[in-house]
Amino acid sequence: MDALMQFLLSGMTVGAVYALVALGFTIIYNASDVVNFAQGEFVMLGGMTTVFAHAAGLPLPLAAVIAIALTALVGVALNKLAIEPARGAPVVSLIIITIGASIFIRGAAQLVFDKQLHRFPSFSGDEPIRLLGAAILPQSLWVVGGAFAVFFGLWAFFTKTLTGKAVLATANNRLAAQLVGINTGWVMTLSFSLSAAIGALAGVLVTPITLVAYDVGVGLALKGFAAAMLGGMGNPKGALVGGILLGLLEAMTAGYLSSQYKDAVAFIVILAVLFAMPQGLFGAKHTERV
Amino acid sequence: MKPVITTAMTTLVALGVISLAAPASAEIRLGASVSATGPAAFLGDPEAKTIEMLVEQVNEAGGINGEKIELFLYDDGGDPNKARTFATRLVEDDEVVAIIGGSTTGTTMSIISVAEDEEIPFISLAGAIQIIDPVRDYVFKTPHTDRMACAKIFTDMAARELTKIGMISGTDGFGASMQAQCHDIAAEHGIEVIADETYGPQDADMTPQLTKISKTEGVQAILNPGFGQGPAIVTRNKAQLGINLPLYQSHGVASDGFIKLAGAEASEGVRLPGTALLIADILPDGDPQKDVVTSYKSAFEGKYEQKVSTFGGYANDAFLLMTSAMAKAGSDAEAIRNALEDTSGLVGTTGTYSFSANDHLGLDLSAFRMLEIRDGGWALAE
Repeated sequence: MDALMQFLLSGMTVGAVYALVALGFTIIYNASDVVNFAQGEFVMLGGMTTVFAHAAGLPLPLAAVIAIALTALVGVALNKLAIEPARGAPVVSLIIITIGASIFIRGAAQLVFDKQLHRFPSFSGDEPIRLLGAAILPQSLWVVGGAFAVFFGLWAFFTKTLTGKAVLATANNRLAAQLVGINTGWVMTLSFSLSAAIGALAGVLVTPITLVAYDVGVGLALKGFAAAMLGGMGNPKGALVGGILLGLLEAMTAGYLSSQYKDAVAFIVILAVLFAMPQGLFGAKHTERV
Repeated sequence: MKPVITTAMTTLVALGVISLAAPASAEIRLGASVSATGPAAFLGDPEAKTIEMLVEQVNEAGGINGEKIELFLYDDGGDPNKARTFATRLVEDDEVVAIIGGSTTGTTMSIISVAEDEEIPFISLAGAIQIIDPVRDYVFKTPHTDRMACAKIFTDMAARELTKIGMISGTDGFGASMQAQCHDIAAEHGIEVIADETYGPQDADMTPQLTKISKTEGVQAILNPGFGQGPAIVTRNKAQLGINLPLYQSHGVASDGFIKLAGAEASEGVRLPGTALLIADILPDGDPQKDVVTSYKSAFEGKYEQKVSTFGGYANDAFLLMTSAMAKAGSDAEAIRNALEDTSGLVGTTGTYSFSANDHLGLDLSAFRMLEIRDGGWALAE
């Protein structure tokens, strides 16, 4: 029983990490149909910048804010320097540009920071909280809380605010959006900076658990992408549910079957879901008008 | 003439050649290909720095028997294909008489094929036992094998009467290889592996695996072969779950960075096999390795403002072996190879090397020290 509880808590922790990364994909995807493969690098930048700002003597909260702001700027730069000049290119080309950007950011981080693993202290100490015979770290609660907070924020942004609706409109039909007075260039810049900021926030929250180095982005982006696909790309609810589901699947497989098959089982389930529901669990059904 | 020289220089720089083009009259041409950047940069970076530093030292001191060393150093970025290209270039264009390098087993294997074909002595800096088993004429290596790490750990476990153990291994190359080697020799040491779990190199939480191991009936200790963030997370998770079993880590995490990442509290009592270099400060004065490790450590840390690592130590030892062979044999490749094989009792940072015709590693278990983490620092467990 307490073993099951531990597996659940572990699944929630890992799942919330995936969900946070997956949530970062949604805004850019909603604004442009582009899956931003540099999302993992935003997470890495958030973690690494906080580590170095904190090591330079800044208090942790300030270091975190600086990291998020700087990463948002990197997001804007990515849009201005790489995506905008290629405007009008097919979505596939834009996706390939983001892959290039991710390689570039990783290389730059290797030079600007270093190649070592880093960590900064947990926000609320390392004393585990005992719960029905299982143990969870306070930092895990921060990650879970962060995932839910970002989810509610995004949900409110897309459904309650005019700006959020403008983002959706831009994705839907850029020309029509311009015709009704939406500044689509600004919407793109906004969505890249928001995505980058969410990625950096994820990095700040998960670093005490997962540790950070210049090359952690790829692995995180891969799992986050899988989670987003499972839940339905572009839907914040899908990202949250997909992430936590993926984490729980891995933990349960590791606990009850074998840790050898952990990733395999998770990906088989994703394939099965996508086979039956190609848009993911909560994905919008697309109908192409001919 | 001038434009030609400029072009040649630019090409050399573009190719990433860092050569100390000292116009010495007689020189010994030494080649090196390490992974100074890329995924294995944590290995290759200190190795490249060590080799550059040592070449400088030797040349400042007047060279080997009056002959300066000319170094041709390439960065293969951890890519075996590049390593093969650079090895070929070292032999054919740079006409080196010996090669040091191969930070990873993959790049080493590429260089081996060139070194064997061209009959150039080569000292590898990678771990796998396949490099020197079977023995190849021109190939030597300085790091101990993961099989020896397993043997060292199992010997210590047996001495503490811990015979039933659980293993949690990384699925990366290092973890998987060591896991297999440990399984191979467990029975010889009277150790029974009764739980065997794995984790991915990027995993964030290993509590399910650790819960499973700790719930296995009769388990007395946990062994975690792996490197990178995995072992630090395993150590933290074990403390989080309050599992009260002795934890053994591998030589893959034998660095101060590990204690920092895992936290002093969580890593208290963790044991692992490491080299003398790691405990240079607490090594007793009479220790045969004391002088070698302290002089390398102070030279490296003085020059680069960066902590020494075991990996830089491998390069240091390879360079010592190579130059002492060159001192005896001059600059003939075949003579250097023979002198290398005759090396006996050469004290390095990793251990004391004695090569022979059927042993091109030349280290025994005494090269490993069983270390224990106490109060956030290293202590000798023996």
